[in-house]
Amino acid sequence: MRRSMLFLPGSTPNKIINGDAMGADAIILDLEDAVSPEEKDAARILVRNAIRDLGFPGVEVIVRINALDTPYWQEDLDEIVPLKPDLIMPPKTASAKDVRALDVYLTKLERASGMAVGGVGLLPLIETALGVENAFEIASASQRVKALFLGGEDLSADLQCRRTKEGNEIDYARKRIVCAARAAGVEVYDTPFTDVNDDEGAVRDAEYARSLGFTGKASISPRHVDPINRAFSPSTAEISHAYEVVDAITAAKAQGRGVVALHGKMIDAPVVARAERVIAAAEALGLGREAR
Amino acid sequence: MKIVKKATAGTLESGDVYVELSPSDSGNEIELQSAVLLQFGDAIRESAQDVLRQFEVENAKLKLIDQGALDCVIRARIETAVLRGKEA
Repeated sequence: MRRSMLFLPGSTPNKIINGDAMGADAIILDLEDAVSPEEKDAARILVRNAIRDLGFPGVEVIVRINALDTPYWQEDLDEIVPLKPDLIMPPKTASAKDVRALDVYLTKLERASGMAVGGVGLLPLIETALGVENAFEIASASQRVKALFLGGEDLSADLQCRRTKEGNEIDYARKRIVCAARAAGVEVYDTPFTDVNDDEGAVRDAEYARSLGFTGKASISPRHVDPINRAFSPSTAEISHAYEVVDAITAAKAQGRGVVALHGKMIDAPVVARAERVIAAAEALGLGREAR
Repeated sequence: MKIVKKATAGTLESGDVYVELSPSDSGNEIELQSAVLLQFGDAIRESAQDVLRQFEVENAKLKLIDQGALDCVIRARIETAVLRGKEA
Protein backbone atom coordinates (compact mmCIF):
# COMPACT_ATOMS: atom_id res chain seq x y z
CA MET A 1 0.00 0.00 0.00
CA ARG A 2 1.66 3.19 -1.15
CA ARG A 3 -0.50 6.22 -0.34
CA SER A 4 2.03 8.79 0.80
CA MET A 5 5.60 9.41 -0.29
CA LEU A 6 7.82 11.77 1.67
CA PHE A 7 10.70 13.56 -0.05
CA LEU A 8 13.86 13.72 2.08
CA PRO A 9 16.96 15.67 1.00
CA GLY A 10 19.79 13.24 0.35
CA SER A 11 22.42 15.54 1.82
CA THR A 12 20.83 16.15 5.23
CA PRO A 13 21.50 13.35 7.75
CA ASN A 14 19.08 14.42 10.46
CA LYS A 15 16.17 14.37 7.99
CA ILE A 16 17.15 11.05 6.44
CA ILE A 17 17.75 9.05 9.60
CA ASN A 18 14.20 9.43 10.89
CA GLY A 19 12.66 8.79 7.50
CA ASP A 20 10.84 5.67 8.59
CA ALA A 21 9.22 7.37 11.59
CA MET A 22 7.17 10.00 9.76
CA GLY A 23 4.18 7.84 8.90
CA ALA A 24 4.75 7.82 5.15
CA ASP A 25 4.28 4.61 3.20
CA ALA A 26 7.36 5.43 1.14
CA ILE A 27 10.31 7.79 1.40
CA ILE A 28 12.01 9.39 -1.58
CA LEU A 29 15.68 9.98 -0.84
CA ASP A 30 16.49 12.86 -3.13
CA LEU A 31 19.80 13.17 -4.96
CA GLU A 32 18.45 15.73 -7.42
CA ASP A 33 16.87 19.11 -6.68
CA ALA A 34 17.50 19.02 -2.92
CA VAL A 35 21.25 18.62 -3.45
CA SER A 36 23.58 21.32 -4.79
CA PRO A 37 26.00 20.32 -7.58
CA GLU A 38 29.03 20.49 -5.28
CA GLU A 39 27.39 18.06 -2.80
CA LYS A 40 26.22 15.41 -5.30
CA ASP A 41 29.13 13.11 -4.41
CA ALA A 42 28.51 13.45 -0.67
CA ALA A 43 24.77 12.86 -0.99
CA ARG A 44 25.03 9.65 -2.98
CA ILE A 45 27.51 8.19 -0.48
CA LEU A 46 25.34 9.27 2.45
CA VAL A 47 22.17 7.85 0.91
CA ARG A 48 23.95 4.60 0.04
CA ASN A 49 25.18 4.20 3.64
CA ALA A 50 21.79 5.12 5.08
CA ILE A 51 19.97 2.51 2.99
CA ARG A 52 22.62 -0.11 3.75
CA ASP A 53 22.82 0.49 7.51
CA LEU A 54 19.38 1.79 8.49
CA GLY A 55 17.26 -0.23 6.06
CA PHE A 56 14.15 1.86 6.83
CA PRO A 57 11.94 -1.03 7.97
CA GLY A 58 8.26 -0.68 7.22
CA VAL A 59 8.59 1.90 4.46
CA GLU A 60 9.39 1.63 0.79
CA VAL A 61 12.65 3.24 -0.25
CA ILE A 62 12.68 5.23 -3.47
CA VAL A 63 15.74 7.14 -4.67
CA ARG A 64 15.39 10.12 -6.96
CA ILE A 65 18.50 10.15 -9.11
CA ASN A 66 19.74 13.02 -11.24
CA ALA A 67 18.37 13.54 -14.73
CA LEU A 68 19.77 11.83 -17.79
CA ASP A 69 21.07 15.11 -19.20
CA THR A 70 23.40 15.56 -16.21
CA PRO A 71 26.81 13.94 -15.58
CA TYR A 72 25.55 12.40 -12.30
CA TRP A 73 22.88 9.79 -13.03
CA GLN A 74 25.14 6.85 -13.80
CA GLU A 75 27.23 7.36 -10.66
CA ASP A 76 23.99 7.65 -8.67
CA LEU A 77 22.86 4.29 -9.99
CA ASP A 78 26.31 2.73 -9.47
CA GLU A 79 26.08 3.47 -5.74
CA ILE A 80 22.39 2.85 -5.15
CA VAL A 81 21.32 -0.09 -7.32
CA PRO A 82 23.39 -2.78 -5.50
CA LEU A 83 21.38 -1.94 -2.36
CA LYS A 84 18.14 -2.89 -4.13
CA PRO A 85 15.95 0.12 -3.39
CA ASP A 86 12.25 -0.47 -4.00
CA LEU A 87 12.15 2.01 -6.88
CA ILE A 88 14.37 4.44 -8.75
CA MET A 89 12.79 7.76 -9.69
CA PRO A 90 14.35 9.30 -12.80
CA PRO A 91 13.40 12.99 -13.09
CA LYS A 92 12.39 14.82 -16.26
CA THR A 93 11.50 11.62 -18.06
CA ALA A 94 10.32 12.80 -21.45
CA SER A 95 10.09 9.74 -23.71
CA ALA A 96 10.33 5.98 -24.01
CA LYS A 97 13.92 6.52 -25.17
CA ASP A 98 14.81 7.80 -21.67
CA VAL A 99 13.32 4.68 -20.08
CA ARG A 100 15.18 2.41 -22.50
CA ALA A 101 18.49 4.15 -21.72
CA LEU A 102 17.89 3.54 -18.02
CA ASP A 103 16.89 -0.05 -18.69
CA VAL A 104 20.15 -0.74 -20.53
CA TYR A 105 22.27 0.74 -17.75
CA LEU A 106 20.29 -0.95 -14.97
CA THR A 107 20.60 -4.30 -16.72
CA LYS A 108 24.37 -3.85 -16.87
CA LEU A 109 24.53 -3.01 -13.15
CA GLU A 110 22.24 -5.86 -12.16
CA ARG A 111 24.41 -8.35 -14.06
CA ALA A 112 27.58 -6.93 -12.51
CA SER A 113 26.07 -7.19 -9.03
CA GLY A 114 24.68 -10.70 -9.51
CA MET A 115 21.13 -9.39 -9.16
CA ALA A 116 18.09 -10.65 -11.07
CA VAL A 117 17.82 -8.67 -14.31
CA GLY A 118 14.73 -6.46 -14.32
CA GLY A 119 14.34 -6.47 -10.56
CA VAL A 120 14.94 -2.76 -10.09
CA GLY A 121 11.71 -0.88 -10.77
CA LEU A 122 11.28 2.63 -12.13
CA LEU A 123 8.97 5.45 -11.11
CA PRO A 124 9.43 7.98 -13.91
CA LEU A 125 8.89 11.58 -12.89
CA ILE A 126 6.89 13.36 -15.57
CA GLU A 127 7.51 17.07 -15.29
CA THR A 128 7.77 18.47 -18.80
CA ALA A 129 5.14 19.17 -21.44
CA LEU A 130 6.78 16.56 -23.66
CA GLY A 131 6.73 14.01 -20.84
CA VAL A 132 3.02 14.59 -20.30
CA GLU A 133 2.26 14.11 -23.98
CA ASN A 134 4.39 10.94 -24.01
CA ALA A 135 3.10 9.57 -20.69
CA PHE A 136 1.61 6.38 -22.13
CA GLU A 137 4.72 5.46 -24.12
CA ILE A 138 6.84 6.13 -21.01
CA ALA A 139 4.61 3.91 -18.87
CA SER A 140 4.69 1.18 -21.51
CA ALA A 141 8.37 1.37 -22.42
CA SER A 142 9.61 -1.27 -20.00
CA GLN A 143 8.39 -3.83 -17.52
CA ARG A 144 10.52 -1.93 -15.02
CA VAL A 145 8.04 0.97 -14.98
CA LYS A 146 5.81 0.37 -11.96
CA ALA A 147 4.15 3.78 -11.79
CA LEU A 148 4.18 7.35 -13.09
CA PHE A 149 4.72 10.40 -10.93
CA LEU A 150 3.61 13.93 -11.81
CA GLY A 151 5.94 16.80 -10.92
CA GLY A 152 3.94 20.02 -10.86
CA GLU A 153 6.66 22.58 -10.17
CA ASP A 154 8.94 21.92 -13.13
CA LEU A 155 5.95 21.25 -15.34
CA SER A 156 4.48 24.69 -14.57
CA ALA A 157 7.80 26.27 -15.48
CA ASP A 158 7.89 24.32 -18.73
CA LEU A 159 4.31 25.36 -19.48
CA GLN A 160 5.38 28.96 -18.82
CA CYS A 161 2.71 29.50 -16.22
CA ARG A 162 2.56 30.23 -12.52
CA ARG A 163 2.16 27.34 -10.09
CA THR A 164 -0.87 27.96 -7.90
CA LYS A 165 -2.46 26.25 -4.92
CA GLU A 166 -5.60 25.64 -6.96
CA GLY A 167 -3.59 23.76 -9.56
CA ASN A 168 -5.64 24.71 -12.63
CA GLU A 169 -2.40 24.96 -14.60
CA ILE A 170 -1.63 21.24 -14.08
CA ASP A 171 -5.17 19.92 -14.31
CA TYR A 172 -4.80 18.66 -17.88
CA ALA A 173 -1.52 16.96 -16.99
CA ARG A 174 -3.01 15.29 -13.92
CA LYS A 175 -5.87 13.80 -15.90
CA ARG A 176 -3.68 12.86 -18.85
CA ILE A 177 -1.14 11.07 -16.64
CA VAL A 178 -3.79 9.18 -14.68
CA CYS A 179 -5.34 7.99 -17.94
CA ALA A 180 -1.96 7.04 -19.44
CA ALA A 181 -0.87 5.12 -16.33
CA ARG A 182 -4.15 3.26 -16.02
CA ALA A 183 -4.10 2.42 -19.72
CA ALA A 184 -0.61 0.97 -19.26
CA GLY A 185 -1.65 -0.91 -16.13
CA VAL A 186 0.64 0.92 -13.69
CA GLU A 187 0.04 3.06 -10.60
CA VAL A 188 0.16 6.87 -10.59
CA TYR A 189 1.23 9.45 -8.00
CA ASP A 190 0.49 13.12 -7.62
CA THR A 191 2.82 16.07 -7.14
CA PRO A 192 3.38 17.48 -3.61
CA PHE A 193 1.32 20.37 -2.27
CA THR A 194 4.16 22.74 -1.54
CA ASP A 195 2.71 25.21 0.98
CA VAL A 196 3.78 23.33 4.10
CA ASN A 197 1.86 25.70 6.37
CA ASP A 198 -1.49 25.23 4.65
CA ASP A 199 -3.03 22.10 6.13
CA GLU A 200 -6.52 22.64 4.72
CA GLY A 201 -5.09 23.22 1.26
CA ALA A 202 -3.12 19.98 1.56
CA VAL A 203 -6.27 18.05 2.44
CA ARG A 204 -8.21 19.56 -0.49
CA ASP A 205 -5.38 18.87 -2.90
CA ALA A 206 -5.03 15.24 -1.75
CA GLU A 207 -8.77 14.61 -1.92
CA TYR A 208 -8.92 16.10 -5.41
CA ALA A 209 -6.01 13.92 -6.55
CA ARG A 210 -7.74 10.83 -5.23
CA SER A 211 -10.97 11.79 -6.99
CA LEU A 212 -9.05 11.87 -10.29
CA GLY A 213 -7.76 8.34 -9.82
CA PHE A 214 -4.27 8.87 -8.40
CA THR A 215 -2.98 6.00 -6.26
CA GLY A 216 -1.25 8.31 -3.81
CA LYS A 217 0.56 11.57 -3.42
CA ALA A 218 3.96 12.89 -2.43
CA SER A 219 4.80 15.44 0.24
CA ILE A 220 7.80 17.59 0.96
CA SER A 221 6.77 17.94 4.61
CA PRO A 222 6.06 15.29 7.26
CA ARG A 223 3.15 17.52 8.27
CA HIS A 224 1.19 16.56 5.16
CA VAL A 225 1.73 12.82 5.44
CA ASP A 226 -1.27 12.09 7.68
CA PRO A 227 -3.73 14.11 5.57
CA ILE A 228 -2.50 12.27 2.47
CA ASN A 229 -2.82 8.88 4.15
CA ARG A 230 -6.36 9.72 5.22
CA ALA A 231 -7.35 10.98 1.78
CA PHE A 232 -6.05 7.84 0.07
CA SER A 233 -7.49 5.35 2.56
CA PRO A 234 -11.00 3.98 2.03
CA SER A 235 -13.55 5.48 4.40
CA THR A 236 -15.64 3.37 6.78
CA ALA A 237 -18.69 3.95 4.57
CA GLU A 238 -16.79 2.89 1.45
CA ILE A 239 -15.56 -0.27 3.14
CA SER A 240 -19.04 -1.19 4.43
CA HIS A 241 -20.55 -0.64 1.00
CA ALA A 242 -17.81 -2.70 -0.66
CA TYR A 243 -18.55 -5.67 1.60
CA GLU A 244 -22.29 -5.29 0.93
CA VAL A 245 -21.60 -5.42 -2.80
CA VAL A 246 -19.39 -8.50 -2.58
CA ASP A 247 -21.82 -10.26 -0.20
CA ALA A 248 -24.76 -9.51 -2.52
CA ILE A 249 -22.88 -10.90 -5.51
CA THR A 250 -21.84 -14.01 -3.60
CA ALA A 251 -25.43 -14.64 -2.44
CA ALA A 252 -26.81 -14.09 -5.95
CA LYS A 253 -24.35 -16.55 -7.45
CA ALA A 254 -25.29 -19.14 -4.82
CA GLN A 255 -28.95 -18.70 -5.75
CA GLY A 256 -28.24 -18.85 -9.47
CA ARG A 257 -29.37 -15.26 -10.06
CA GLY A 258 -27.68 -13.33 -12.84
CA VAL A 259 -28.82 -9.81 -12.09
CA VAL A 260 -28.22 -8.31 -8.67
CA ALA A 261 -29.42 -5.08 -7.14
CA LEU A 262 -28.33 -3.40 -3.91
CA HIS A 263 -30.35 -0.56 -2.39
CA GLY A 264 -32.26 -0.31 -5.66
CA LYS A 265 -29.14 0.01 -7.84
CA MET A 266 -27.92 -2.67 -10.19
CA ILE A 267 -24.52 -4.12 -9.39
CA ASP A 268 -22.50 -4.64 -12.53
CA ALA A 269 -18.92 -5.70 -13.14
CA PRO A 270 -17.27 -2.26 -12.66
CA VAL A 271 -19.06 -1.85 -9.32
CA VAL A 272 -17.79 -5.23 -8.19
CA ALA A 273 -14.27 -4.47 -9.37
CA ARG A 274 -14.28 -1.22 -7.44
CA ALA A 275 -15.62 -2.95 -4.33
CA GLU A 276 -12.88 -5.56 -4.56
CA ARG A 277 -10.23 -2.83 -4.83
CA VAL A 278 -11.65 -1.06 -1.77
CA ILE A 279 -11.65 -4.33 0.21
CA ALA A 280 -8.09 -5.12 -0.85
CA ALA A 281 -6.96 -1.64 0.28
CA ALA A 282 -8.90 -1.94 3.55
CA GLU A 283 -7.41 -5.33 4.32
CA ALA A 284 -3.91 -4.10 3.50
CA LEU A 285 -4.44 -1.31 6.03
CA GLY A 286 -5.86 -3.64 8.67
CA LEU A 287 -9.35 -2.16 8.20
CA GLY A 288 -10.95 -5.27 6.71
CA ARG A 289 -13.93 -7.20 8.02
CA GLU A 290 -11.85 -9.27 10.42
CA ALA A 291 -10.56 -6.13 12.11
CA ARG A 292 -14.00 -4.58 12.63
CA MET B 1 45.26 6.00 -1.71
CA LYS B 2 47.34 9.13 -1.35
CA ILE B 3 45.77 12.30 0.02
CA VAL B 4 47.25 15.18 -1.94
CA LYS B 5 45.06 18.11 -1.01
CA LYS B 6 42.96 19.38 1.83
CA ALA B 7 39.34 18.24 1.58
CA THR B 8 36.26 18.78 3.68
CA ALA B 9 32.86 17.10 3.92
CA GLY B 10 29.77 17.29 6.10
CA THR B 11 28.38 20.17 8.10
CA LEU B 12 28.10 21.42 11.66
CA GLU B 13 24.36 20.71 11.70
CA SER B 14 22.85 18.42 14.31
CA GLY B 15 23.14 14.76 13.32
CA ASP B 16 26.06 15.45 10.99
CA VAL B 17 29.84 15.52 11.32
CA TYR B 18 32.24 18.04 9.81
CA VAL B 19 35.32 16.36 8.37
CA GLU B 20 38.58 17.98 7.41
CA LEU B 21 41.23 15.81 5.79
CA SER B 22 44.72 16.96 4.84
CA PRO B 23 47.96 15.38 3.67
CA SER B 24 50.54 14.35 6.24
CA ASP B 25 53.93 12.68 6.11
CA SER B 26 53.84 10.94 9.47
CA GLY B 27 51.08 8.34 9.33
CA ASN B 28 47.41 8.88 10.15
CA GLU B 29 46.40 11.25 12.89
CA ILE B 30 42.80 11.67 14.08
CA GLU B 31 41.54 14.66 16.03
CA LEU B 32 38.02 14.28 17.35
CA GLN B 33 35.66 16.80 18.91
CA SER B 34 32.30 15.48 20.01
CA ALA B 35 29.67 16.15 22.65
CA VAL B 36 29.49 12.38 23.11
CA LEU B 37 33.26 11.86 23.28
CA LEU B 38 33.12 9.91 26.53
CA GLN B 39 30.39 7.56 25.36
CA PHE B 40 31.27 7.11 21.69
CA GLY B 41 34.76 8.54 21.18
CA ASP B 42 36.43 5.15 20.80
CA ALA B 43 33.76 3.88 18.42
CA ILE B 44 34.00 7.01 16.25
CA ARG B 45 37.79 6.72 16.08
CA GLU B 46 37.51 3.05 15.17
CA SER B 47 35.06 3.86 12.34
CA ALA B 48 37.38 6.58 11.10
CA GLN B 49 40.36 4.21 11.13
CA ASP B 50 38.27 1.61 9.34
CA VAL B 51 37.38 3.95 6.47
CA LEU B 52 41.00 5.09 6.14
CA ARG B 53 42.11 1.44 6.02
CA GLN B 54 39.42 0.62 3.46
CA PHE B 55 40.80 3.30 1.11
CA GLU B 56 44.42 2.51 2.02
CA VAL B 57 45.05 6.01 3.33
CA GLU B 58 48.30 5.91 5.27
CA ASN B 59 49.38 9.51 5.67
CA ALA B 60 46.62 11.95 6.51
CA LYS B 61 45.47 14.23 9.25
CA LEU B 62 41.75 13.78 9.93
CA LYS B 63 39.82 16.29 12.00
CA LEU B 64 36.24 15.41 12.99
CA ILE B 65 33.76 17.75 14.61
CA ASP B 66 30.89 15.46 15.51
CA GLN B 67 27.37 16.77 16.07
CA GLY B 68 25.85 13.47 17.16
CA ALA B 69 26.14 11.72 13.80
CA LEU B 70 25.25 8.06 13.37
CA ASP B 71 27.99 5.67 12.32
CA CYS B 72 26.73 5.46 8.72
CA VAL B 73 26.91 9.27 8.48
CA ILE B 74 30.42 9.44 9.95
CA ARG B 75 31.65 6.81 7.51
CA ALA B 76 29.96 8.56 4.57
CA ARG B 77 31.49 11.92 5.38
CA ILE B 78 35.00 10.51 5.81
CA GLU B 79 34.71 8.56 2.56
CA THR B 80 33.58 11.73 0.78
CA ALA B 81 36.56 13.67 2.14
CA VAL B 82 38.96 10.88 1.10
CA LEU B 83 37.60 10.81 -2.44
CA ARG B 84 37.78 14.62 -2.64
CA GLY B 85 41.33 14.76 -1.33
CA LYS B 86 42.88 11.90 -3.28
CA GLU B 87 45.11 12.04 -6.30
CA ALA B 88 43.19 12.80 -9.49
